[in-house]
Parts: sequence; C-alpha cells; structure tokens
Amino acid sequence: MTDRPPLDLPGRSLVSRVLGTVLALLLVGGVLVAASSWWNGRQAARQAYDRILVGAASDIAESIRVLDGAPVVDLPVSAFQLLAQAPDDRIYYAVIGPDGALVTGVDPDHIVTPPARGGGAVRYFDDALDGEPARFVQLTRRFVERDFSGPVDVIVGQTLRARQAMTRDLVLDALLPMVAAGVVMMILAFLVIRSALRPLGALVDDLAGRDPYDLTPMPTDRLPGELQVMLGAMNRFMQRLDGQVDAMRNLISDTAHQLRTPVAAIRVHTETAAAEPEGETRARAMDRLLARTRSLGTLLDQLLSRALVIHRTDSVPRTPVDLREIALEIMERDDHIALMPDAELRLEIGETPVMVRADAFSLSEAGRNLLNNALAHGQQPVSVGADLQEGEAVLWVQDSGPGPEARVLDRMGERFNRDSGTREQSTGIGLSIVHSVASAFGGRVEMTPTPDGFRAALILPAEPETP
Amino acid sequence: MTMLRRLLALAALALPLPLVAQEATATFGNGPVPVVVRSTTDIGIIRPVIDRFVALNPGLSITYEQWGSNALFERSRDDCRGDGPPADAVLSSAVQQMVWLVNAACALPYRSAATLALPSTRRWRDELWGVTTEPAVIAYNRRLLAAQDVPRSRFALLDALRERPEVFQDRIATYDIAESGLGFLFAYADSLEATTFGALLEGFARVDAVATCCSAEIIAGVASGRYLIAYNVLGSYVVNKALPDVGLILPEDYTLVLSRGYMIPKGAARADASARLLDFLLTAEAQALLARAGLVTQIDATDTALAVSARRYIPLSPALLVARDPNRRDLLLQFWSDTFRRAELP
Repeated sequence: MTDRPPLDLPGRSLVSRVLGTVLALLLVGGVLVAASSWWNGRQAARQAYDRILVGAASDIAESIRVLDGAPVVDLPVSAFQLLAQAPDDRIYYAVIGPDGALVTGVDPDHIVTPPARGGGAVRYFDDALDGEPARFVQLTRRFVERDFSGPVDVIVGQTLRARQAMTRDLVLDALLPMVAAGVVMMILAFLVIRSALRPLGALVDDLAGRDPYDLTPMPTDRLPGELQVMLGAMNRFMQRLDGQVDAMRNLISDTAHQLRTPVAAIRVHTETAAAEPEGETRARAMDRLLARTRSLGTLLDQLLSRALVIHRTDSVPRTPVDLREIALEIMERDDHIALMPDAELRLEIGETPVMVRADAFSLSEAGRNLLNNALAHGQQPVSVGADLQEGEAVLWVQDSGPGPEARVLDRMGERFNRDSGTREQSTGIGLSIVHSVASAFGGRVEMTPTPDGFRAALILPAEPETP
Repeated sequence: MTMLRRLLALAALALPLPLVAQEATATFGNGPVPVVVRSTTDIGIIRPVIDRFVALNPGLSITYEQWGSNALFERSRDDCRGDGPPADAVLSSAVQQMVWLVNAACALPYRSAATLALPSTRRWRDELWGVTTEPAVIAYNRRLLAAQDVPRSRFALLDALRERPEVFQDRIATYDIAESGLGFLFAYADSLEATTFGALLEGFARVDAVATCCSAEIIAGVASGRYLIAYNVLGSYVVNKALPDVGLILPEDYTLVLSRGYMIPKGAARADASARLLDFLLTAEAQALLARAGLVTQIDATDTALAVSARRYIPLSPALLVARDPNRRDLLLQFWSDTFRRAELP
C-alpha cells in the first residue's frame, strides 16, 4: 500500500469544504461585528460617563462663591453622588484659581496638570490617576466681582472601571445573541448543505456499486439541475458507447449472415467448374462464379459502408451540408455505371441551397443507396434532386415505375428482408443504411408513389442558412 | 462658654504641632509571622477579639498599635507615598479619612465570600470594609434625668433646651469637631441630614454646651453627673463601660450608624494575614465578640425600637471625600464657631 499514488486518497468532502467556508465567513463577520460593537460600546460608555463628569464639574463650579476677595468652594455632596454612579471608581477634583493656586482639591500634594487652556468651555483629557488610567474634564468659570475677577478652573476626574464595565456589558449584550445565532446558523448550514448534497451521495453510491458492463442510463429524476446536466452528459456518452457496441455486434452478425450464402454459392460454382474439365457446363459455372463474386463485392461494399455510416453518425462532428452538392456528387460518381452503364439520369436542383447539419459522407452513402435501389428496382429514367419542402430539407430519388407492392413497402428498410422474390443482388442493406442515416440526423425516410413514378426521399430538418 | 472657647483655642494651637505617634501598643500571640495592625479603637475594647483571632491563628504575632485618628491618617498617607513601611491593616472610625486613602490608591483589593456579603454601604472598591455597627447616640444620666424628661429625638432635645435652659446650662457635652475626626464626621453627616443641625448648635451655644475631645471623657462625665446629656457619642463606649447610670437614646428622627473602616494598605508585608483577620472580623463569632465589646450594636435591643427608615448608615463611598475637603471643612468649622460666638452676644 505504500506505493499507492496520492491521487487515490479521497479529497476533503464537499460538506466539510462548504462548512469550513461558512465557518470562516461567520468568524470573519463575528470578528468585524465584535470590533464594531466594542467600538460602539466604548463610545456609548464614554459619552454616558463624560456627561456625569461634566455634571459633577458644573455642580462644583456652581458652588464657588467669592468670600472676602477669594474664591471658596462649598463642595456639593450632589456632585459626588453623581460621580458615585460609577461606584467603584476613584475620584479626582481640584479647583484652581486664576493665579494657578489651588483653591481646594482632593489632595493638595497631587495636582493633575490639564493641557493648555483653549478650546471650548468644557475640555476633556486623559491622564493617569495614581497609576490608573482616568478621564478628566476641565471647566472654567469666569468671575467678575468688585473684589475678585478671573477664571477659576474646575477639574474633575474619574478612573475608568465603570466605563470598562459598561463597555463590556454592552459588547456582551450585543455579542451573546450573535454567538447563539452563529451557532444556530452553523447547524442550519450543516443540515441544509447535507440535504442539498444528499443526491450527490446517492449518485456516488450508485456509480460505485454499478457493474462496469452496465451501460443503461442512470435515473436522473429528482436530481438538481446541475447534476441532471452532468448525468445527462454521462448517459449520452454511455448511450453512444452502447450504440457502438450494438453496431459492432450487428456488423459482425450481419456480415456473418450475409456472407455465408454467397460464399457457399461460390464454393459450389467453383467445385462445379473444377469438376467439369471443359464444355458448356464449365463456362456457365464460370459465368455464375463471376456474377456471384461481383455481387459479393457489392455486398461487402454495402456492409462496410453501413458500418462506416453508423460509426460516423456517432463520432464525426456535424457540419452544415448543402443537399444539392450531395445530389450532384451522387450523379457524378460512376458507381452506377458499373451496375447499369446506359442508365438515363436526371439532376433536379434549384437555385437555393438546401442546408442541413449532418455528415456529408453519410448523406452521400444514403443517397447513393437510394439511387442504386431506384436503378436496380425501378424504371428509367431516374431523377435525383434536393429541395426544401415545408421547412424540411429533402434529398430524393425518383424512378418512373409504379414502385414496389404495398406488402414489400411495409417491410422496407429492415435488415435481411430478402425474401424468395427478391433478386440475389438485393440485400436490403441499402435501405437500412438510409434509415440509419435518417434516424441519426433526426430525419425520416418516405417512400411515396407520385403521378410520375415512385419517389424515395430522405427528409432532414433544415438548417437555417448561416451567412 | 468660656470652657468651649478655651478648648477651641487649644485645638487651634494643637493643630500645627507635630503629631504624636501611637498612643499605646500591645502584642498578641507569639507566632513567627509578625503582623502590624494600626487602629483608632482602644486596645482594651478590642482585646478579646484579637485574642481569639490569635488563638485561631497561632502562627501570627500581632502588634496592635492604638492611634489618634488624625495621626493615623497622616502616617498612613505618608506610608502610601513611600515614606515608611506601611502597617498590614488599618482600622479607623474616621471613615472619611479611610475613603480618602482608598481614593488615593493606598489600599489593596481583597475579595471573599464574607466581604462580598457586606451591603454596598459597608464596602467600597473591595478595598475598604465596614466591620462594626455603631450608632451615634444621645447618652444621659439616669439618676438626674427622669425617664419622661429624656428627649427621644433632636426636636425633643431642642424643645427641652428652649423650655428649660437653666437645667441644661453647662451640662451638655458633645465632640469638639475640630479636635475629633469622629466628631467632625458626625457633625458633617448631621449637616447633610437635616436643618435641625443649625438650630441644635445654637441651642447648645445658648446653654454653654461643652465641646470636648474624647468619648471616654464625655461618658465618664455623664456617669458622674457632670453632664446631663451627651450628644452624638458613639454608643459603643457606653455599652463597653457598662455604667448603670448612663442611659442611651437612639434619636427617633434619625440615627447615624457608623461602621469602622478596615483597609489593607498597599505594600503591606502580610496582606494575607490581614485578609484573614478581615474575614475573621466578619464571622458570626467575631461579630458576637465585637457586640460584647460594644462595637456591634443590635439596634433593636436598646431603649428605643428604631424604625428602619430612621437609620442613617454613613456609607463608605467617594461622597465622603466632601467631608475631607479643606474648603468644606473650613466652612463647617467656621459655622460651628460662628454659631457658638453669635449665641454668646445677647
């Protein structure tokens, strides 16, 4: 097992991939939302407690009186009750006179220096209070009295415990429902993804358990569209494979079936010729031998042609073909000359192209067989033509005879319909080629008596002409 | 009035003098771990509690130093600023000073089930805890004052002073708020609590009330009959002395309740032992011992059944910083001395 190639290792499952991505997305979103709610919470806490600071500082500023030419602060308890809204925070306060001297303060030996004066009436700043980060506000009240004038600064500060606690609470309040929602979403995502991928799992099981020789189509019902496309392609492939296998089997059995009789006849004629040293009997045997051999050649041609047509219809890409060119080609080839050297042939084609999407070789094989049939079984003159009829492209061959009997007509196109009445050259393979071509390109074969004779037509869907 | 003025002058003189160190020292236990406790509570009163603690913790030897509240505060503040080795625990009745120290980041935090069980009025920042329950009471002499004449509220006291000034002339005592941190705290709390404060001060001035410094001295004066009534004294001292002649009134309009503040100073060498002492002080056993010493008063058991709404706990909160504000303090002292002086004029 050590030399097992790494490619054989099963990849990460689709479920775990999608779930991993969903989890990553949720985590990234969660981090972003957490950061934003932390920021919002901090802002909210800062605003709330800054207002308390300002309220306390205003209270203190209001309580400043001028007594005997000096400011005196009758420190209001209400200010401190306000600050005690943050019950566990340490407090700083100082009232500073115009000359920079302390009027009163929590600790005369410890002065927090505010940044330079300026800006609005209310100025916030951050500083440390006995080694702990704290937030301060500075408020200025200006006195203009007979015996005292100038600005008096009130500085009130507070450590940050209550702010941090409020921020934490706000963040937790925002995050806890989100974490719960995230967990629920993960579970839902898992369930949804699993149920969405269940058909795929069933398909995998089906494929894994399938007999390699089983080429029947896989059921596509109740599958999602994407899978149906995939499975449809696979089914078409298998169908083609199945068709090729069938065609091969048919070819072999047809060939065996068709060749057995002529070869046996040739053997008999050859034996007769060998037995008769000379004379009329021998000459007749030699004639028959020649005819048999020729007809065997034709048969072989037809068998190969049919195999080739069936093979090509499955494997060669279809191209736009003009049926008039096919008709012309059939006329110009001189196969029929061997069969019927003095045949009277007419070509009837119009000005407009008769376009179909098909394989030119297969079409000309079909046309050639139609022509050969007409020459072999019909009456001359024989016409070959191509035109458009009611939106369909038609390649037709018409002879001047009455056509076969209705009984024969019914069985036409089947393989091996040589009954006792037909001549030995007729194998029925020709029409079967035509039928194969018709069905391969979505058309049909029509045999109809006409006022002028009998017409055999290959009718295909017309290809809209592309400029 | 002359006595009060003399005392005030004395107090003014005494302030700039260098503060004396501890008043007394006692050692409990002889374990290898030395623990220093500084307190404003008299050694004699708290002795049974510390004895019991040392018995439970034989590894400790406790040096108990008894200090005046202002001296203790200044020493603790200097220690906090790095001027000397701090005590391992500080226990003071001047809770406004303790709040100041905690506010100045001079304390270590500690949490236990016992401390967390304290109500919010008796705990601040998990750095300051109120370990006792002591009401500020009106003490009176049972022999000299008939039961029906005992004023049961401040209004009754005011009325009595107005109606029979001759009876109370020179025979009412209260703390000198300039001298006593505790007296100042009570006066400050009174000034916040009600408008009776100003009227009461005037009444006191009119009958030449005596403002003096110490609980022990005031209680002894009541017991001997020197004073008929002592206003705003700590009930604990009365209970502890077990004097039959001294009666206690919890004023019915409102009664201030003080809880001595316990703090573990920053930099304490044996903070663990201090935390253990704190937990012990909050146990039922220690509270019972403290009650026997008078430091925990079951308010229901005294002469007056006091309505819950009339109890005014002095909360351990940053609002007490106001009591230590120099301006505010000057204003209150000014008001105090002004009132007495104005009353002297007519």
